[in-house]
Amino acid sequence: MSHFLDRLTYFTHPREPFSGGHGVMTIEDRKWEDAYRNRWRHDKVVRSTHGVNCTGGCSWKIFVKNGLVSFEMQQTDYPRTRDDMPNHEPRGCQRGASFSWYLYSPHRIKYPMIRGRLLDLYRAERKSGKDPVEAWAAIQADQSKRDKYVKVRGLGGFVRTSWDEVLEIAAAANVYTIDKWGPDRIYGFSPIPAMSMISYAAGSRYLSLIGGACGSFYDWYCDLPVASPQTWGEQTDVPEAADWYNSTYLIITGANLPMTRTPDAHFAIETRYKGTKIVSMAPDYAEYVKFADLWMPVKQGTDSAAFMAMGHVALKEFYIQRQTPYFQEYARKYTDLPMQVMLRKHENGYVSDRNLRASDFAGNLNEANNPEWKTIAWDEKSGNFVAPNGSIGFRWGEEGKWNLLEKSAGADTTLELTCQGKAGTEVVSVGFPHFNPGEPALLFRNVPARRVKLADGSETLVASVFDLLVAQYGVDRGLGGDNVASDYNDADVAYTPAWAEKVTGVKRADIERTGREFADNAAKTKGKSMVIMGAAINHWYHHDQSYRSIMNLLHLCGCVGQSGGGWAHYVGQEKLRPQAGWAPIAFGLDWHRPPRHQNSTSYWYFHTDQWRYETVKPDALLSPAGKNRNKGYSLADYNVVSTRLGWLPSAPHFNRNPLELVAEAERAGATDEAGAAKYVAEQLKSGALDVAYADPDNPVNWPRNLIVWRGNLIGTSAKGHEYFLKHLLGAQNGVLQEGGVGNDCKEVKWVDEAPAGKLDLMVDINFRLNSTGAYADIILPTATWYEKHDLNTTDMHPFIHPLSEAVSPGWESKSDWQIFKALAKKFSGLAAKHLGVRRDLVALPMQHDSPFELAQPLGQVRDWKKGDCDPIPGKTMPLIKLVERDYGQTYNKFIALGPLMVKVGNNVKGLDWNTEQEYQELASLNRTVTEPGVSFGMPSLEEDIAVCDSVMRMAPETNGEVAHKSWSALSKKTGIDHHHLYAGRHEDKITFLDIQAQPRKIITAPTWSGIESEKVSYTAGYTNVHEHIPFRTLTGRAHFYQDHEWMLDFGEGLCCFRPPVDMQEHKKVPESVLKSPHLVLSWITPHSKWGIHSTYQDNLRMLNLFRGGPYFWISEEDAKSVGIRDNDWVEAVNANGATVARAVVSQRVPRGMALMYHAQEKNVNVPGSPTTGKRGGILNSVTRVVVKPTHMIGGYAQLAYGFNYYGPVGSNRDEVVVVRKIQDRDVDWLERPLSPEREAQRNPAGIGPR
Amino acid sequence: MDLHQIVFGVYPYLALATFILGSWIRFDHEQYTWKSDSSQLLSKRYMRFASNVFHIGILGIFFGHLVGLLTPHSVFLALGVSDMAHQGIAIFAGGFFGLMVILGGVILWLRRMFNKRVRAASRWMDINILGWIILTAVLGFTTIFYSIGHASRGDVTTMLVLAEWVQSIVLLQPNPELIRGVDTVFKLHIFFGLSVFLFFPFTRLVHIWSAPIGYLFRAYQVVRTKRAL
Repeated sequence: MSHFLDRLTYFTHPREPFSGGHGVMTIEDRKWEDAYRNRWRHDKVVRSTHGVNCTGGCSWKIFVKNGLVSFEMQQTDYPRTRDDMPNHEPRGCQRGASFSWYLYSPHRIKYPMIRGRLLDLYRAERKSGKDPVEAWAAIQADQSKRDKYVKVRGLGGFVRTSWDEVLEIAAAANVYTIDKWGPDRIYGFSPIPAMSMISYAAGSRYLSLIGGACGSFYDWYCDLPVASPQTWGEQTDVPEAADWYNSTYLIITGANLPMTRTPDAHFAIETRYKGTKIVSMAPDYAEYVKFADLWMPVKQGTDSAAFMAMGHVALKEFYIQRQTPYFQEYARKYTDLPMQVMLRKHENGYVSDRNLRASDFAGNLNEANNPEWKTIAWDEKSGNFVAPNGSIGFRWGEEGKWNLLEKSAGADTTLELTCQGKAGTEVVSVGFPHFNPGEPALLFRNVPARRVKLADGSETLVASVFDLLVAQYGVDRGLGGDNVASDYNDADVAYTPAWAEKVTGVKRADIERTGREFADNAAKTKGKSMVIMGAAINHWYHHDQSYRSIMNLLHLCGCVGQSGGGWAHYVGQEKLRPQAGWAPIAFGLDWHRPPRHQNSTSYWYFHTDQWRYETVKPDALLSPAGKNRNKGYSLADYNVVSTRLGWLPSAPHFNRNPLELVAEAERAGATDEAGAAKYVAEQLKSGALDVAYADPDNPVNWPRNLIVWRGNLIGTSAKGHEYFLKHLLGAQNGVLQEGGVGNDCKEVKWVDEAPAGKLDLMVDINFRLNSTGAYADIILPTATWYEKHDLNTTDMHPFIHPLSEAVSPGWESKSDWQIFKALAKKFSGLAAKHLGVRRDLVALPMQHDSPFELAQPLGQVRDWKKGDCDPIPGKTMPLIKLVERDYGQTYNKFIALGPLMVKVGNNVKGLDWNTEQEYQELASLNRTVTEPGVSFGMPSLEEDIAVCDSVMRMAPETNGEVAHKSWSALSKKTGIDHHHLYAGRHEDKITFLDIQAQPRKIITAPTWSGIESEKVSYTAGYTNVHEHIPFRTLTGRAHFYQDHEWMLDFGEGLCCFRPPVDMQEHKKVPESVLKSPHLVLSWITPHSKWGIHSTYQDNLRMLNLFRGGPYFWISEEDAKSVGIRDNDWVEAVNANGATVARAVVSQRVPRGMALMYHAQEKNVNVPGSPTTGKRGGILNSVTRVVVKPTHMIGGYAQLAYGFNYYGPVGSNRDEVVVVRKIQDRDVDWLERPLSPEREAQRNPAGIGPR
Repeated sequence: MDLHQIVFGVYPYLALATFILGSWIRFDHEQYTWKSDSSQLLSKRYMRFASNVFHIGILGIFFGHLVGLLTPHSVFLALGVSDMAHQGIAIFAGGFFGLMVILGGVILWLRRMFNKRVRAASRWMDINILGWIILTAVLGFTTIFYSIGHASRGDVTTMLVLAEWVQSIVLLQPNPELIRGVDTVFKLHIFFGLSVFLFFPFTRLVHIWSAPIGYLFRAYQVVRTKRAL
């Protein structure tokens, strides 16, 4: 009925009073409620999740009404957890719940777009009769034409065009670049595959097929804890969130669980109900602090000092004063503590040098295979030095002895931890590098040691890592000497709680008690003490020391590998569970091997010319105890050395087109790969050829094409954002200094005029217009997380989860897989004519988990350029591999699973197996390619779901048969039968439709170090400790000690406290800024409460929750001292640039810190910066990336390159800014009418309007 | 038919029909738009004073017109209200409440125009309807000076013909000729006032229909039952 007419009968409604007239019953019309009911009514529900960088991997119901996504809600149908565990569900946070807004938001990219001026140029060339590649070549050949679109990047000016035309331009640019400069001048960047694997794989497959380089993200984001590969030979492996519940003592530091791990935080809270103590360490009153029993407010950047002091307490009370049997056994079996280290004469004493090896003994201790890679310990049973099973020498070239059983050469052993007081030992003074300002650089302490006679007849002193460690921690064990403390209150001796109080500001009693309780709990529970840590401590230049200090404590307490114990690092790693099935598709390994991989940090450090501004000089970081043969080198020089020795990769490889290089080699008589390699080695030796990073500003070595998808490389991911704008893109920028301080390189060529605008073309593929799109030349619209089929896994829970196409991609967008497929098709058409069949030369660094990790023995640096040795590919320089590319067949290869899966098979982490059966199954499951060409009849990868199923069929985590094959391969290596680990699930095969019905628990695989079981939660290192599978390190054990020459040069053989580095950028700000009242604050950029992960900060629903634009926190006292009031506009400035935001004045933060949430963009509510005159800036406008030489080591056991596994990290926390108030009258929104000056600014000189 | 007949013979029915039917349709089909669109959340400044003055004023004006124009002349006489008294009440009450409307309305209008947040949330029609009501009130206030002139001469015919005309409209016997001779300002005021009815369903004014008078008398607890009562 009509609402209106209904109202007219108001007085005739029957009413029945009750309760004496206080209440009344009516039968009023309830139809109005339908409006609300309709709000939640829907046509279908589809399962999906949020997919770029959220670790949640939460199951969401996506509700669709009238063909539009109307809202989303948490799913609650996860497979059950164990009886004694809380449930996983409901999973999903408020940010994820607001994502549906984004699909139809003004930020959405709806059509393919291109810079108008570029389109004009291209169309004009095409009109004159040129084909696409010739047209692109003509534009590039004419500097004035190139300038026309390059110099206006970031200034708008996009126009819509058709998919057909825009892909033609991009493909033409790729073809031209390959031919003119080389395929390694094409770069692709996309982060975190685990969150939408197929989308990632789309771009990386295209790039790998054409020979482009894929850039890493984990190290670049500074989320890679370098200490993890250093200690365990493992990129990152962590417990699932549910395992927090199994812990009985938790320290949480730098990970804001309720805020950034919202769906998982309940496990940490729930474990308190069973008596678990939680200690939080955060400089500010972060959200997680309120759940703690004890808050230790540690000064930012000093975390390692606090953990070293806790280690001091644990060592003293549980190893020296008394010996805990569990700890002793654990230390002996699973750590390098019993391993012997040689002592080298230094000053009046000794310093520690490299690990003792079997090759040091006469007859190699009967170890014929890899004696240089077998480390030595003292066996108490036989009273001799032995080479215990499990070191990396046993991993390659022999089988059955790569395990952690207490054996050596077939005999049982008991490895000795300390030789103190044993017969035939002596006490010597050993110097330990120390970096705390105002204290000596070398601290001499007494260490018990043994003499050993070497193969060459000489004698040396050796000490166990344990004995060195006790000395390093400054624990007085009755050996006398200086720099050790018997009293925790001795503030003069490094690593006592009192000393740590000086450095960290945390009360000494709290440190002492926490150290004791942590160890005591672990002793009583066999390792159920856990440290949850995160970005806040990981983003520092010396974060590896903070992490090692934690790992040391955990290993001393036997926590790693025990459920409820160990480290729990959750920063951007997002476990790519079906990695083994995914990698072949993602990197085109089914067609060509090897792919080009590049560590992004080095890449951007050079190509955005941040090295030219380098203020951090490595000499200031060196230890006096090192050999320091690279004294006087700059950070960039170290990187050049690293690439030429085959440690880190480089893109481009050399200052010559690799296609040309092969042709030259062939002209010079080379007939095969070995011949080409020999030619390259000769060319390098003669100096006719050089590594590209030795001359990064030479146009020959510039990156030319860049494709970014799923990411925000130029914005939130650009440490040194303004340098990206200035040098890489040639756009207007806010850099406030001239680059000159980097002009002291020895290996890198300096040119006075730095290039601006290196890229010919930048393509951004995204569904949102962020900083990356704003500076790109071409923007392609992609499907959102609710508009495509894809896969998602995380380390927070053990399930594999789908992304599903709830609605078809909006407007003209397509899924990433379909975009790259279409691009491949365009490319093939053009390439068939312009490129044909070419042979490409890939310079591959020595890879971790391959026999090449044994390339450079004993940790000694031998530089062929300095005449230490000859350049030998795969030994002293990169491996040289040839790849034949039939460029015209790129599309046909893209859409089919290639023949190498049958011919060569698959592998992960050094284990190989055959995939023939899976290949046949996929041919029938996904059908075969019907298009004529090289891939006719092969399993199809044309549709997104087929790709998902191919990944799952080939991965041990989702196919029990593959699990069986991979575990068999590992069992052979270790000589231990591991088949029981997956036995119940041998027949399981998980398909895409299965996971759409319900998330499925994965199958235990040797890719990972934990297990899926009914008895324990997933935890890292479990199989190392319980299955005796070695860690993939030099000793096969967890490393306290790092014996590589560069590690010792930088004084990091053992973990030590290193203060934040002085970036000096805040000392170079304009006078005008310094004249106004200002603060000098350290620049802290943690994750946001109202954005990133599962939605974005510029989501209107998120903006509504806080200040509606950018903001950063400062303390009340600091604010008061310079007259800043809450919500004032403020500016943070240093030599790198400036950023403008509103001040949040809060008790939450301590003095000395400005805290700006990560990922705030300059697209909403950002005025101009008075200092730069440009629009506001972002959090990265004031940062600059600094690389650390120890992260560049390669070719040496666990310190060998792996994609996203090792390499310098893009640290950004050591930065300091000058903060000042912007008076209201000075707030300039840059929205004035166009004046001649502004017009000139928008259209740079000589460019003119479109 | 001349313009006068169209404006005062046809236009009133057009306006009233739109008012009734438009409200009906909107109430039935656009329930979510049936609201007062208060901007009090955005800014409280001047709001309490201006809004109260405006609302009291306009309620007074509304009921004043309702009673004054629709009550048959004979009823007034029977109640002992002389025409001169009627005229006097109309002048005083109309002047008083009219001033309130103008005062409150102008402040509200200025607030709507110059308070950034309110302006940003304002639709075109929000600004217009308020301006229109103020104009109508100003015209109405201007008529008072004419009425005072009439009253001082003891002339009540204008008032009486206006009431008679209104009643002719309501009784569906429109007689525009009754007011052909009145001063132009009265005609303008009538035209503006009628237009408010025309605009009514398209504006926030619809909230007037839903004045929550029932709340003054309702029980503490109202329960809807599924069983028949």
